[in-house]
Amino acid sequence: MSSLVHLAQALTPAEATQAKETSAASGAGLAYGLAAIGPGIGIGIIFASAIQAMARQPESAGQVQTTMFLGVAFTEALALIGFVVFILLK
Amino acid sequence: MIASETFPRMNELVLWPNWFGKDWYGFNKVAFLSFLAMLIPVLIFLAAGSKYRKSLVPRGVQNIAESAVEMIEKQVIMPTMGAEGLNFLPLLLSMFLFIFVGNVFEIIPTAQFPANARMANPVVLAALAWLVFVGVGLRHHGPKYFWDAINPPGVPLLLKPLVMFIELISIFILRPFSLTIRLFANMLAGHILLVTFVFLTVSVFEVALSWVLPFTFAGLVLFTGFELLVALLQAYVFTLLTAVYISSSIHTH
Repeated sequence: MSSLVHLAQALTPAEATQAKETSAASGAGLAYGLAAIGPGIGIGIIFASAIQAMARQPESAGQVQTTMFLGVAFTEALALIGFVVFILLK
Repeated sequence: MIASETFPRMNELVLWPNWFGKDWYGFNKVAFLSFLAMLIPVLIFLAAGSKYRKSLVPRGVQNIAESAVEMIEKQVIMPTMGAEGLNFLPLLLSMFLFIFVGNVFEIIPTAQFPANARMANPVVLAALAWLVFVGVGLRHHGPKYFWDAINPPGVPLLLKPLVMFIELISIFILRPFSLTIRLFANMLAGHILLVTFVFLTVSVFEVALSWVLPFTFAGLVLFTGFELLVALLQAYVFTLLTAVYISSSIHTH
């Protein structure tokens, strides 16, 4: 956004580069922050349900744990893609 | 590191100078750590297999080898594939140990870099997992495997093209992609986290902000412990997902 504003005012190349870097960095931070919201809630739900299941039926703890880690792995992938986007933008 | 320096840029964190060679065949610290990650499990298992071969009660290094085998068998293969998956024990065990030892270099002093925080190792491992689950599917079902895999039963006729397209993408493209990203990004994020706390501790120490120092140092110690957990968990998750994928191509829906 800010880079567009600066470009409209006809800046020197150095200043334009800096403006571009600034907006890339803020975009990167925003990308990761947004990508972490959903998976954060999702992992919370997964663990809550797993704890409930294990408390109600302790004998099934092994099976629940394996499935829980699978669910966490799938959910977490989204946040990690956000992290990769963060690195690419930065 | 000096307090007046700014935080290191991404390239300084992950690009290591070559020890010898250059370009794509350059040999640097990450390559060396990958070789170590391959060698250490091999040496452990050679020692466990030769020295105490005849003892029924495991002692010393045999304990490590036996508990690793048992962990893969009881925690990874049995819940996902059942007894028919025991053929894949050697593959999954070596995958698990290679990833775990590679990851754990993250918190070992003098190494301080996870071998899997560069894209190369996870990509090759995910490609291996892809080849294995496609190969297993082809062996069990023949060329019909591809049709069975992308065609779940009970889908209305009108929705079928859409579902097949989604399944095609998710099984043959997104699976190896997400395996790679999961391992790579977790280890890189852990490394950056530790670097941040080290940088914070050193900077605070140099400007003598003595009341903040215990907190940053405690954070560093705690996150080092946390990264050990992450290293183990990521190796486990990678192996578990490979087992799940193999099992899904044995029983296609």
